[in-house]
Amino acid sequence: MADADLRTSAAWRVLDGFGGSVRSLARSVSPASVEELAQVFAAARAQGFQVSFRGSGRSYGDASLHTGQLAVDGRAMRRILSFDRERGILEADGGASIAEVWRRTLPEGWWPAVVPGTMFPTLAGCVAMNIHGKNCFKVGPFGDHVLELDLLTAAGERLTLSRASEPELFRAVIAGLGLLGAVTRVKLQLKHVDSGELRVRPIVTRTLGHMFDTFVEQIPHSDYLVGWVDCFATGPALGRGLVHQANHLAPAEDPGGAGTLAVSAQELPTSIMGVPKSLLWVLMRPFTNDAGVRFVNRVKLALPEPVGKDGTYRDTHAGFAFLLDYVPNWRLSYGDEGFIQVQLFVPDASARDAFAEALRLCQRRGMVSYLGVFKRHRADDYLLSHGLDGWSLALDFKVPRDARRLWDTAADLTRLVLEAGGTYYPAKDQVVDAASFARSLGERLERFRNLKQRLDPGGLFANDQARRLGIV
Amino acid sequence: MSLVFRRAIVVGASSGIGAEIARQLAAGGCAVALLGRRADALEHVAAGIRAGGRGSALVRVHDVTAYGTVPALLQQLVDEMGGLDLLVYAAGTMHLPGESEYDFARDRSELETNLLGAVAWTTPVAAMFEARRAGTIVGLSSIAGERGRRTFPAYSTSKAGLTTWLEALRNRVARHRVNVVTVKPGFVDTEMTAGLERRPMAISATWAASLILAAASRGGSPSVFIPGRWWLVAMVLRHLPSRIFRRLDI
Repeated sequence: MADADLRTSAAWRVLDGFGGSVRSLARSVSPASVEELAQVFAAARAQGFQVSFRGSGRSYGDASLHTGQLAVDGRAMRRILSFDRERGILEADGGASIAEVWRRTLPEGWWPAVVPGTMFPTLAGCVAMNIHGKNCFKVGPFGDHVLELDLLTAAGERLTLSRASEPELFRAVIAGLGLLGAVTRVKLQLKHVDSGELRVRPIVTRTLGHMFDTFVEQIPHSDYLVGWVDCFATGPALGRGLVHQANHLAPAEDPGGAGTLAVSAQELPTSIMGVPKSLLWVLMRPFTNDAGVRFVNRVKLALPEPVGKDGTYRDTHAGFAFLLDYVPNWRLSYGDEGFIQVQLFVPDASARDAFAEALRLCQRRGMVSYLGVFKRHRADDYLLSHGLDGWSLALDFKVPRDARRLWDTAADLTRLVLEAGGTYYPAKDQVVDAASFARSLGERLERFRNLKQRLDPGGLFANDQARRLGIV
Repeated sequence: MSLVFRRAIVVGASSGIGAEIARQLAAGGCAVALLGRRADALEHVAAGIRAGGRGSALVRVHDVTAYGTVPALLQQLVDEMGGLDLLVYAAGTMHLPGESEYDFARDRSELETNLLGAVAWTTPVAAMFEARRAGTIVGLSSIAGERGRRTFPAYSTSKAGLTTWLEALRNRVARHRVNVVTVKPGFVDTEMTAGLERRPMAISATWAASLILAAASRGGSPSVFIPGRWWLVAMVLRHLPSRIFRRLDI
């Protein structure tokens, strides 16, 4: 691969964001080893290509797009290298996915400490975006559970980084958007679990304030908390929704718990009421419009979930965590133009007002989100991190035919976040402008750029998003 | 709604149907890149286009079996024309082996030109069109691809392969609004068919080219016979049992 002419030998690949609303053509290679990857870097440098990284393509926007350049598909490097079942420490290639990790470790009683809403992202992707889960308020983001990682730099040098050995670089690579090099190996601390199930308590919230209050009240004794917001509700019902609170089960609570640790006990059902789930997105399509979502939201709030006498039900780890995988290809139900997500990260002090204003703003503009998801976060110390002591509201918007309306609304939301002292999350982003991004990060962006200059002086690593956000 | 082509690449534009398609595109105001092996023949076509005063013509000498040169050449042409709406793959050769002649070298070269060259060109162009969610690819296959023909075995094989390739491509990119058009002419009066003893229902290259462009600009990824009446012949040919078909002198 060292002397391969990438222009003639690399595959063509149309890359899209998970939202399906942005796509671009790139050349793609899929190295099978770190040595091959180093050769790709050398060939790319020699032939004038810039390099970006692509894992499972779960970032919503243009984070893994790279128009006309070289995208390295990391999925060929996906071995689980070792697993210490006593201490719950797992080492794997960067291209291994969360799914590959939990399927290996859960039968032994270990679950990844932080998982996103889908099981498909790669570990390297989770590191690069510093993803979070429904337990961010309690255990922090993904990076907090990385013990060590290997970085292959532009020069082909392999660095082993940890919080102790290389604190500065470690904190820059996590949430570093893949701009400092390839994360080729990740060593993770997992969480011990006694049962394959969680106890889940649904709580209906009548207003946005009630949603905040419910979180505040539940946080001290919850392992997971996530809120769903009906973005169509107006007036006194603004921000009404549903909170799902979940806890791990102690051995005493669930004597047969070990049986549910098996992978087969976790797998999501393949059909719902007889309809194969692979076709379900087609049936969702008639509902992905204002009237349809209004209707679905009403039904969701009116129909109580089946709970036991104590107001809870049991759900598997996979079932509770990976809601985005529940209906395969659901994103296609948004139609040809796809959808975008804007996730507003706002500090605790200003979040209540900011989210209420965001919901009203969308309604005023007639550009209402079809899915609102609410979470609590905590601050972290990664250089480009979006993490803060505050809250997030993730809003999914269908891209309308007259897309201008959406871009204007998104620009308003971008401004609103900045004014509230908030941050932007590149894994979701497709709309933020360079000036707003720079202001949200302050001097941290310059520190990151200096570090990049040191590690990647030739500017080998880039992607469409990094260019849009003005990082490279 | 009919598609308007403003920038086109015609591979195999030095003579025959390819040259006619290039002329007619240019006459409609389209910028056309003419590709082929013979510089003088390409220049001749280009000169005619320039003299016509409409559209414009770029000439690039190109051997479709130099697969490695395709990506860079494509990029260069797209940059120069400021985009691409249409690719026409019209490069093709037809060799008629003698009664008991078996020649791998010639058959291979025919498969490379007629089939692999088309794969080499349509691959990056399909990817580009998918990313942009627009564009038309026209492949010149042939009615000869409907059956294995003893008179031109490699030719009929290459065209069968091309028809299938284009169908596969169409099935891949149709949902991305890319228009893939398979055209299957019967006999057309060109240099290539000059060596054939009989050419029933032959039409001129000019007529064939205008039917092809009409089919391409209709959109909807059609697969058509040129002219349409060959459809009936193809139906009959396809359903003839092999033991009868092999006795026919076609």
